[in-house]
Amino acid sequence: MNPIRSLIRELAEKHGRRRESLLPIMLAVVEREKYLSEYSMVEIAREVDIPAAEVYGTATFYSFIETKPTGKYIIRICKTITCSMKGKNLVLFAIQDMLKIKLGETTPDKRFTLMETNCLGWCHKAPAMMVNNDVYTELTPEKVRDILSGYMKINELN
Amino acid sequence: MAIANQLKRVDFIFNNENDWEKVLSSSIKKKPQDLINELISSELKGRGGAGFPTGIKWKLAAEAKNDSKYIICNADEGEPGTFKDREILSKVPYKVLTAMAICGYITGAKEGFIYLRGEYKFLQTELQKAIDEFQYYCKEIKFDFSITIFMGSGAYICGEETALMESMEGKRGEPRNKPPFPTQNGYLDKPTVINNVETLVHTFTIFKYGAKKFYDLGVQYSRGTKLFSVSGDTPKPGIYELELGMSLQDFVYEFGDGDTKAVQVGGASGFLVPRKKFKDAAIGFKGKLTGISLPTGGSMMLFNSSRSMYNVLDNYLEFFREESCGQCTPCRVGCQQLLLGIKAVKRGEKPASYLEKLLRLTETMQLTAKCGLGQSVANSFSSIVENFQEEMIY
Repeated sequence: MNPIRSLIRELAEKHGRRRESLLPIMLAVVEREKYLSEYSMVEIAREVDIPAAEVYGTATFYSFIETKPTGKYIIRICKTITCSMKGKNLVLFAIQDMLKIKLGETTPDKRFTLMETNCLGWCHKAPAMMVNNDVYTELTPEKVRDILSGYMKINELN
Repeated sequence: MAIANQLKRVDFIFNNENDWEKVLSSSIKKKPQDLINELISSELKGRGGAGFPTGIKWKLAAEAKNDSKYIICNADEGEPGTFKDREILSKVPYKVLTAMAICGYITGAKEGFIYLRGEYKFLQTELQKAIDEFQYYCKEIKFDFSITIFMGSGAYICGEETALMESMEGKRGEPRNKPPFPTQNGYLDKPTVINNVETLVHTFTIFKYGAKKFYDLGVQYSRGTKLFSVSGDTPKPGIYELELGMSLQDFVYEFGDGDTKAVQVGGASGFLVPRKKFKDAAIGFKGKLTGISLPTGGSMMLFNSSRSMYNVLDNYLEFFREESCGQCTPCRVGCQQLLLGIKAVKRGEKPASYLEKLLRLTETMQLTAKCGLGQSVANSFSSIVENFQEEMIY
């Protein structure tokens, strides 16, 4: 059995084959694969025994469930009002300049995907961004370059 | 210049939580009815923004007849400018867990959930540790109540209580029609109490100190304290616990940078108050407060005179357009058209009078949208457009 199929089976057993388990199962697959492929959606539908269209409909509702392949590190920069007022664009330009990608794109080495997101809940320490589940606040162009260099170094070691 | 009244700082929420075991064990020795009466007499209202009396909510769920009931802690804090719940869950998680368990005891629910927004996933490990220790204690005192974390995944609308339940049921987070209300037909169609994180912590305070200590703070119809998330153009952004009923003038005196042009109270779905109305506005629920009373989930964003109110509104509308669940037409199409409309007026493609049309559209949305999201777009839209019309046009 291929690894994704067995992961989904494992998850279905752990969370139970019920509709309420759908989100936890999908999130666990995204955690592992960084996105939810159509193949995974069909497999989840089979395991939980609901129509694949329902899985697709649910998956595409949630902005943290990507349905297209993404990089190993997903950068989500907050664009809501306070972050936008406190210099989010300068930070965004610095990231784009450093990674040579635009919003919504993934670096050719499949390491970084760059996105904007709505309020992250760090308005008192704006601007803020997430890299996967880690939060970085009070960003400046210099600071964000340091942070991303850190991630690039991890990559070189691996 | 008039001398502003000092704002009353309070420290209930973040004070010592080490006595949670005592609060739990002593509360579950009391009669559920007595606890409910205590809560009702405190006049605590929901702190997520809507302001429903908490005691009444718990009473309704307690009276509902069903074998299974649920308690949900709403930690899907997504309103722009709000970040207090994250602080509560990282600093005093045991207060939240204890309050959920006491609510379970009162209503007869055996299962509780914390719906944690995806953006706060970094809190999950620590919170789970607290839950594990909490469950261990429950077992020791032979009290049957389980708590599970349910992770959200980046959808503002899931903070709406029925959308949150749909989401927990594995569906798209689309709000349901109300009635029926969650206290009758909630999660999995069972009676459910759903409360904001902060509301639960206030119930802890009330069970620990008694209703009077809470009731004595605040003003009529707006009792107790509230956490405020202060951000924007302020020298001291952060989280502050303040007595309800303060005037916005005093608030700006304390938190403004001397050049405050307007304050957004209640996040993007709340109201923008311009400088000339600061002295007439008070922070609290509707009632006999003089002048305008502004309910809030605690988001206070300050803007100074360097900010363009057009940009602020543009940012909010883009937010709503993206976060509208798309289920009902007034909200889905309304948010899109409002954004297109103000852009067209700004570029001069539409006359200034077009703003009137857009205001009428927000009135329609207020009347016909299915849930609070679509209904409340009118709040920020009309308060910005009416007070800063020139900035919308030129």
